[in-house]
Amino acid sequence: MSQRQVLQVFEQYQKARTHFVQMVAELATRPQNIETLQNAGVMSLLRPLLLDVVPTIQQTAALALGRLANYNDDLAEAVVKGDILPQLVYSLAEQNRFYKKAAAFVLRAVGKHSPQLAQAIVDCGALDTLVICLEDFDPGVKEAAAWALGYIARHNAELSQAVVDAGAVPLLVLCIQEPEVALKRIAASALSDISKHSPELAQTVVDAGAIAHLAQMILNPDAKLKRQILSALSQIAKHSVDLAEMVVEAEIFPVVLTCLKDKDEYVKKNASTLIREIAKHTPELSQLIVNAGGVAAVIDCIGSCKGNIRLPGIMMLGYVAAHSENLAMAVIISKGVPQLSLCLSEEPEDHIKAAAAWALGQIGRHTPEHARAVAVTNTLPVLLSLYMSTESSEDLQVKSKKAIKSILQKCTYLPALEPFLYDAPPNILKHVVGQFSKVLPHDSKARRLFVTSGGLKKVQEIKAEPGSLLQEYINSINNCYPEEIVRYYSPGYSETLLQRVDSYQPLAN
Amino acid sequence: MIGTFSYAKFLKFLYSVPEAERGWEKSGVNGKLTAPLDWLYGLVRLPGRRIVTPVVNQMREAMATLARLQARSKAVGQQYYFRNSVVDVFRKKENDAAVKIQNWFRGCRVRAYIRHLHRAAIIVQKWWRSYLSRQHYQLVVKLAYYTMKMNLYNEMAVRIQRRWRGYKIRKYCFDYFYLKEYLRAVTETNDAIRDALEEFAEMKEREEKKAALEREEKKRDYQARKMHYLLSTKQIPGIYNSPFRKDPDPWELRLQKAKPLTHQRPRVKQKHSISLTSWLACTSNRSFPRSEILPPINRKQCQGPFRDIAEVLEQRYKPLEPTLREAEPINELKEAREDLRRQEWIRNVNDNMFLPFSSYHKNEKYVPSMHSSSKYGPNSYGCQRFRDENPKKWICPKDFQTVLPSFDLFSKYGKLYSKAGQIV
Repeated sequence: MSQRQVLQVFEQYQKARTHFVQMVAELATRPQNIETLQNAGVMSLLRPLLLDVVPTIQQTAALALGRLANYNDDLAEAVVKGDILPQLVYSLAEQNRFYKKAAAFVLRAVGKHSPQLAQAIVDCGALDTLVICLEDFDPGVKEAAAWALGYIARHNAELSQAVVDAGAVPLLVLCIQEPEVALKRIAASALSDISKHSPELAQTVVDAGAIAHLAQMILNPDAKLKRQILSALSQIAKHSVDLAEMVVEAEIFPVVLTCLKDKDEYVKKNASTLIREIAKHTPELSQLIVNAGGVAAVIDCIGSCKGNIRLPGIMMLGYVAAHSENLAMAVIISKGVPQLSLCLSEEPEDHIKAAAAWALGQIGRHTPEHARAVAVTNTLPVLLSLYMSTESSEDLQVKSKKAIKSILQKCTYLPALEPFLYDAPPNILKHVVGQFSKVLPHDSKARRLFVTSGGLKKVQEIKAEPGSLLQEYINSINNCYPEEIVRYYSPGYSETLLQRVDSYQPLAN
Repeated sequence: MIGTFSYAKFLKFLYSVPEAERGWEKSGVNGKLTAPLDWLYGLVRLPGRRIVTPVVNQMREAMATLARLQARSKAVGQQYYFRNSVVDVFRKKENDAAVKIQNWFRGCRVRAYIRHLHRAAIIVQKWWRSYLSRQHYQLVVKLAYYTMKMNLYNEMAVRIQRRWRGYKIRKYCFDYFYLKEYLRAVTETNDAIRDALEEFAEMKEREEKKAALEREEKKRDYQARKMHYLLSTKQIPGIYNSPFRKDPDPWELRLQKAKPLTHQRPRVKQKHSISLTSWLACTSNRSFPRSEILPPINRKQCQGPFRDIAEVLEQRYKPLEPTLREAEPINELKEAREDLRRQEWIRNVNDNMFLPFSSYHKNEKYVPSMHSSSKYGPNSYGCQRFRDENPKKWICPKDFQTVLPSFDLFSKYGKLYSKAGQIV
């Protein structure tokens, strides 16, 4: 009987512990409770429960710890300082799958906040255990381990290298082939985080044969999975020409273009990022994309999104047009310029406007044909206003100035240049007048139009230092016209005429 | 006068009278000698020579002549002096005139000589200059010809280069038409891709709408099944079938169609068990494979006339024991042949046998001999034997079976399950 009483005490204690741990875990799901919990010293209480005899208490304690550490980095630091990690790592190796999931969750929660915390995790030897968890046959365990590895590798190249050295990459590639969608997502995201830091890491991922599997899964209907796949492929392709070529050889075109029509915004963004990273390396890759009809798809995609989602698409057009004039012409005939000018005028954010201005500059800078195509859409006044406005950021001003300059130097479409005579600052006016001085001597209709539209008058009013380039241009324009007209339009002509009237003596009969 | 004996003067005097116009002045004093005194002077002038005897005679004659002449010399001297003094008056004048004439004549002569020299010089120079000029002219002509040829070559080369450069630029460096073609192809591809993507988006939309509709349908169906008790009966109209309405509410119809939900059977929670045969269980050395629940060792016997469970199980799981008749049939071979033939017949495309090519030309029809093809058949006397077969007389086509299959009578003796017939 006394034995029973003794056992009852133990049972009560066990019940109390279970209850406590479950309540803490539940409370930790709500952010407002966490401060209170922290102040109540929950860390020091949870720590011994991790070593509890009963497995459920261990698991729930680990879960609670994970949720607490997930919330902010102070708690995560407390977890690290409390020497909980070595215990977790040790028991990870031996326990059942629920515990493994919870422990991997804790590691993930700690590792996601900062590189130092992630380094602490690596230092206590967690990587090997996590990699062993990746070999487990339960998909939940694999997912938790892959997630933790992904978060660790996200911070910087050294941590990624540590993850790769632990042998995680082939196992992650195997995880991608598993049937569970959540596991595929996490594995793809982990591969993306690993390969984004440096070309060598990306090469390691490629050597494990990841590209083929990633490319197969582009057709998967799950939107979040597609996001991660496209992000992983773009992180691989961005480092060098060889890697981009390998990604292209996996026959992603034209399948990737269907992702540009997806409902999910981030899928569109990641797809256009992938295409941008491929297009920016060499003209041949851009040519490939143009031949596959990628430019039209990207332009439609730009038209259907707003805000930051558009940005990679705009940059992709700029990169394609920058390589050669044939490619810029291909962008023009795909109706890219009206779309870009629309972006330029209607986007509120400066960095997107700057990207659009840069892209327009790259399109228009090659030959007079290209400059004409850009000028016809009336973007030059918009660019000028962006340059002149004081509210634009410096980056935007610099980019719009460059764009204006490069387009103006090739522009022979005079109706677009005329407004510039009136409100351009002197450094741009110089180029405008220079273009006029190149075109007017050869075209008589243009000369007539120039006079009737008041351009000649405006040119006379420009004050330039004698001997400067501007003065030379003005002189060459004046040489195209008979002297009377030039005098007629020169400022102060009416005064001189009146003076002549005053001083005229009529002939006395 | 005589005192100064000038030999030249003496000679002149000697020859002045008859032979003044002989013209030996032309050839000077040392010139040609006239005949009679030739040999003398030749002699005198060549003092080193030996005098020959006929010559000495002649010399003596000459000396005689000389003495004669010397006798005359005084008169000659006087004459000479007289003549000189007479003509002395005219001497200067004549001398002057003579000098003048000689002057002029000499001048003429010199001028003629100079003229002659001029002409000669001119001729020489003319010829020399013409030679030089011709040479120069030939050089000039050569140069001009060469220049003309080179100009022609250059022009032709320029023509070729012009054509080639135009062709090269237009074909290889910047092919305008190819660029236009390319841009057109790009536009076409773009349009095609745009259409395809539109179609794709539309398809996706349709699929989504369909899925949404299906979900709605399912939800409504489930609702109707849950609310089936709201169906209107004959006595009481349901809430969706108000008598004041013209038509019943669509929910009414749905409720009519819905099948009521059955009670939820208590779902037996499937215990997570890993079969012994599952290989995954063995891979992880940390997970312990759990086997199926085995029956307990000691169990109470059921009440009733039941047999021993071991026996029952043995009978239940006894493998098949076919009789000898089935296990090894006697016509096994024949049946195997039939089976094979059947399988081959299934497999064959054509039932006709494939004849070898050598029998291709063997397509001549057999022409039977007249003897066997008449309606009067062969005489059976010599041909038919007693043991010959006559298929027309057979009652059935099958032959007698000589070997019969066995039947088993006692193969199951003592092995049957039922206890019938066993000695208790």
